[in-house]
Parts: sequence; structure tokens; C-alpha cells
Amino acid sequence: MNKLWLIIKREYLSRVQKKSFILTTLLTPLAFLVFFIFVGFIMSYESDEANKIAIVDQDNMLKKAIKDDGNTFFSFPNAPLDTLKAQVARGEYNGVLVIPPLSDIQTKDHKLFYYSDDQLSLDVENAIESAVSSRIRDHKIATMNLDPQVVESLKTSVEIDPEPIEEDGEDISSMRTAIGAGLGFIMGIMMYMGVFIYGMMIMRSVMEEKTNRIVEVMISSIKPFQLMMGKIIGVGAVGMTQFLVWIILIPMVSVLVNLVFGFEPQQMQSPGMGAPQMDPDDMQGMVMMAMQELGSIDWWVIVPLFLLFFICGYFLYASLFAAVGSAVGDDIGESQSLTLPISIPVLIAFYIMMVSVRTPHSTLAVWASIFPLFSPIVMPARLAFDVPWWQIALSLVLLIGTVIFFVWLSGRIYRIGILMYGKKVTLKELGKWMFYKG
Amino acid sequence: MANILELTDVVKTYQTTKAVDHVSFSMPRGSIFGMLGPNGAGKTSLIRIITRITQADEGRVLINGMPLNDDHPEDIGYMPEERGLYKKMKVGEHLIYLARLKGLTEKAAKDSIQHWMEKFEISDWWNKKVEELSKGMQQKVQFIATVVHKPSLIILDEPFSGLDPINANLIKDEIDNLRTEGASIIFSTHRMEQVEEICERIVLINRGQNVLEGGVQEIKQDRKKNLFRYHIKGELPAGILEGKEVIDHMNGSLTMRFTQERDSNLFLKSLVDAGAYVQGFEEILPSLNEIFIQTVREQGMTIEEPLNTPS
Repeated sequence: MNKLWLIIKREYLSRVQKKSFILTTLLTPLAFLVFFIFVGFIMSYESDEANKIAIVDQDNMLKKAIKDDGNTFFSFPNAPLDTLKAQVARGEYNGVLVIPPLSDIQTKDHKLFYYSDDQLSLDVENAIESAVSSRIRDHKIATMNLDPQVVESLKTSVEIDPEPIEEDGEDISSMRTAIGAGLGFIMGIMMYMGVFIYGMMIMRSVMEEKTNRIVEVMISSIKPFQLMMGKIIGVGAVGMTQFLVWIILIPMVSVLVNLVFGFEPQQMQSPGMGAPQMDPDDMQGMVMMAMQELGSIDWWVIVPLFLLFFICGYFLYASLFAAVGSAVGDDIGESQSLTLPISIPVLIAFYIMMVSVRTPHSTLAVWASIFPLFSPIVMPARLAFDVPWWQIALSLVLLIGTVIFFVWLSGRIYRIGILMYGKKVTLKELGKWMFYKG
Repeated sequence: MANILELTDVVKTYQTTKAVDHVSFSMPRGSIFGMLGPNGAGKTSLIRIITRITQADEGRVLINGMPLNDDHPEDIGYMPEERGLYKKMKVGEHLIYLARLKGLTEKAAKDSIQHWMEKFEISDWWNKKVEELSKGMQQKVQFIATVVHKPSLIILDEPFSGLDPINANLIKDEIDNLRTEGASIIFSTHRMEQVEEICERIVLINRGQNVLEGGVQEIKQDRKKNLFRYHIKGELPAGILEGKEVIDHMNGSLTMRFTQERDSNLFLKSLVDAGAYVQGFEEILPSLNEIFIQTVREQGMTIEEPLNTPS
């Protein structure tokens, strides 16, 4: 036990003290932020050229009033079309927009003509269309003598609020569903990344030990199983450390960036994309509701369960990666072909997880979250949706049993693999190793 | 208990090949013991059984009269043929790690490592990374790792392969010192001439079987052919070789065979009496290499790989 502890300590410290580890751990949150800011910037990027557009409104439907949009400026010069066209040619205007009279007040399609040598950008075209269409709407309302308030009241926004059948059932809002899906998705992604990043780390480290030939010195002091477990636990602790640092750093960095740049997250959604602008009051209400829902989630149940599934999933796959690492030594190509059978269930589980956050109680989601190869990734994604206890219990029992079996199995392969050199390893070969005697 | 190590009918089978086939031998405490045989004879398999890296299928292994158990690895120092170190670790840190895995406390490990590093005049390497060291330097570190916990049984598998002559001599000297301090040492090698003068007892292994076991001197005496060599300056007295069996005669070196050992001295006397100037006289004992090949042939076995192939 004491020696296992020594191995864990070395595996942990040798990684945590590395400069590259410290750098990636500290810089990843920053990199994420830079990435998001960058993406936000790209998405909200508009043409930076000023567009001067002359409008010829033949029926004066716009009443010479239209809002300029970003870099697009409208004007209503009193000049014939041909003069204006000549002015466009001289570069005084970028284009001339001709709005013909409506053939009929009830017409639903109306064509505008745009004279220019330049192509209109999609953004500008959308902006002109929506500006003109709302002005024409006003014009129609006025012409038809309608009360604008009456017209406004025709709009109804519909929202579904799920209610329980039984009276003592919990009243779940649709906000809860969205938050559950988000939470599930984050947990699923963390599982998926954890399994791959740290599983690969273990595999490389086992391969290195074998290529280095340190392994025979090691196992003359300790059992191969101790070495493997020490490595798995040590690297797992490294992963936990990294996640913990990120959980603390990411909110801190985002707050800091907010303070420095006065950057508001809403700005990242580009207004030019025609996303519906949210009323600030609505926004505040949403945030309040979201906070309330977040508070009502049973964190004391979800977090420990997530950790339990995380640890089980990690041990399950990490031990398999260790077994593969022990079998291949320094042959990267071979390791890829042997990690494929491990990656496939992880990938399938990941896709099922994506579906499960939308339909958490579908047959697929339920059974995938019970099947032990998928459950570490799928079940956490469902945890926020009041999963029946029998499902969680069954899933955990199956998972823990499978973990014990796979760790044992990997230990059998590992102890043979680390001493086997110069042999091309196939899956069949690995199967045989399980039954070798010590 | 006179024997530190006793093997009885040890068998180890890998799939179809018998790597170790009913090997028995015993090793007296405080001796330097050679385990000799060509590559692939099963030496490493035997060592892995003794170091508890693998388990024997059959047979019994006793250390100090006790069947192998989990405490024994702490009393064994093993330097494998294929030896490596963690490249990114610092020398001092690395040695402490390996020593602690052998059950030493942090302080005991530190003291012992410092003692050895001073002995090898490498104290200033403590904070160097392993990857900064040359191969010869790493070998010193590996040797320290093998003996740092003062094991009573030291097993060296092909210790001189890849070792430069200076380090080889250094390690030979230290092996002698450790023996004087009471350690028992197993040399495993296919380079028999390398251990001839170091080992007191040997076991010869071929194809997983024990071919020959015993004290080096007894084995040689048992198999000697009464060959004697005389170094003579100048011409041989005429007619002195008549009726004698001459094996070889060139450049003033004369090799003779006698039916009786004592006849060698009588011949020496007759040489001196006849006025020849004898500069040297020695008995020629067979080398372990020759004995190995001869014994294997006598037993009707084949040798899998030629001897003396430098690895």
C-alpha cells in the first residue's frame, strides 16, 4: 500500500511539476476566452465600408424617413433616376434603390430595384429589406386606417409550461429542461474529454516506460498491477487538478476580461444576423429564472453522482489504455489500431449523450445510461432530469462490476505486455495473454 | 543455513517452449556465482522467477531457506540486462524513488545514495536530469540503484554488456567489496571468459537445462587434460622431445601432454639439466567456454546460438 502511494506520488508530481503542464493548465482558460472573443468578433464583423444608398421612393411610402443601419446610410435626393445613376458611376453613391408603387394595397410580394455596379452584401441586403418592409407595413396600416395597437395585439407569444399530473409532483419549468440539458451536455463533454486526454496520457506513459526499459527494474520491486494502478490513480489526480484549476480560473478570467474590456456576452451574438433583439426586462427575468432553477437543482445529489460516474468511467477506459500501451511499446501506428476498439464505444456514447440531453427519457437514453460501456458518459447527461433511482442504482452496480472486471483484465494483459518485446501484437494475442499464468 | 539460494526442479513454460526445464542448483551465501549459457538459454527466465517478476510453474525456490515471498524483493538487488531510467527525473530524486520502492525510508535512502555517489565521485550529479547523462554515467546510476538498499542477494544480468572498460572495472571492484561485506552475487552472462576469474561457483545452462554445476576450480581440475606449457629461450636441447607427446611448439612456447601430472616436473627438470633456459612453466586448464561446449556435446544436446557473440 505504501509503495502504491509512492508510485501515485511520483506519477502525479512528475506531471504536475512539468512546465508544460503548468502552462497548459493556466493558459487553456485564457485560450478559450481568446477563442470565444475572436469568434464573437468574426461573427459580428460587418462590412466596414460605408454604403451610401440613394432611394427613389416613387409613391413616397417611406415618408423620407428610414433608419440608417450600421454603415449603410440612406438618403432621398430629389433627382431623376438617370442623374442618380450617373452619380453612382462617379462614385457619389454606392447604389440607387428604386421602390416602385404598390400595385395593390393588399399585395404581399413587392420587388425593389437596386442599381449599382457593386454586389450588395448579404447583410446589407437583409438590412434594407427588413427596414423597407417595416416601413411599408406602417404605410399599409396607415393607408388601411387600422389602429396600430390593434395590429400589435394580433401577435401572441406562446410558451409551454410543463405541469405534473400528481399534485405533489415537482413543477418543472421549461427553463429547467434547458438548464438540465446544458448541465448534462457539459458533464458529458467533460467525461468524454477526460477519458480521451488522460487515457491517452496513461497509454503514452506506459509505452515510454516499456521503451525506456525502466519497467523491469520497477517490477523487480513492485507488482505490475501496483505500477499500473499507481499510474492510473496518479494521472487521474492530475486530471482532477487540471479540472479544478479550470473550474476556478474560467469564471475568474471571464470576470476579469469583462472588467477590462467592458465586454458583454450578449454582444457576442451578432445583431447583424437578424437574431431577435431581446427586451432588457425580459432578459433580466430570464436570468432571474435561470438562477432560481439553478438553485433548485439537487446539487448534493448530482455532483457526487457525477464524480462517481466520472471516476468509474475513468478507471474503466484508463485501464484499457494502459493495457494497450503495455502491448505495443514504441510502435505508434500499432497503438492507433489497438485504441480504435476502445475509442468506438466512447464515440458512440458521446453521440447518444448528445441525443439524450434532448430526450432524456427515451428508450435509447435509458438503456445507454445503464449499459456499462456507455453509462459513464450518458448517465451524467441525464442526471439533471430526475432519473428514477432504480436506473441509477442498476447503472452503478453494472458499471462498478464492469470496472472491476476490466481493471483485472487489463492488469492481466499489462503484466505480460510490459515484458514482451519485438512481437507484433494483435487483439487475439491480447486475448491469449489474459489466460497466461503469472 | 549455508545456502542463500536453492532451486529445486524449477520449470517454466511459455506457450510451447520450455524456457526453464527442471533446473536445480544451490548458491552458498557470500559467494560470487556465475549463471552461464548462450543467449536464449533461459537465464533471464530463471532470474525473473527468483526476483518474483514471474512465477515458476513447478519446483521450489528457497531464499535463506524460506520459500519465495513478498518480502524477498526488498532483499534482492536486480540489474536487468535491458535497463533504463526515467529520463526526465533528476538523478538524486530517481535513486530515492527506486530505493524507497525497495522499502528504505527517505532518510536511509538519501544517506545510502550520498555514500555511493561520493564513492563514484558523482555527488554533483544529484540535480542533473537523467537525460543529461552519458550512457556510461547512467550505468553508474543504475548500479547504485541496484545496491542502494544493501541487498543480501545481488543479481546482475549481463552486467558488462555495453559497459566501457573503466566502468566495468569499477563495478568489478565494487562487487568484490560488497562480497566482503557479506552480499551474495549472481552474474548472469553469455560471455563466459568475462566471469571466469570472478566467480567461485557456476551453473551452466543450455536450452533451459542445467548442464553443469560446481566450483570453478573443481570443474576445471576435473576436466583438465594434463596439458603444460613451457616458455623456453633459445634452442631446445636436441632429442629431448623423443617419446613425448607434443601438442604445439612455436615461438619458444612448447605445449605438452603427459599421462601423469608429475611427469611435467620431471620433464622440466630434464630441460633444465640439459641446459635449456626455461622462462615460464604453467598448467593449461580448459576455459569455461571449452568445458561448456564439450559438456553440451557429451550430453548429446545442441547449442542454440554460438557462444561469444558480443551483444
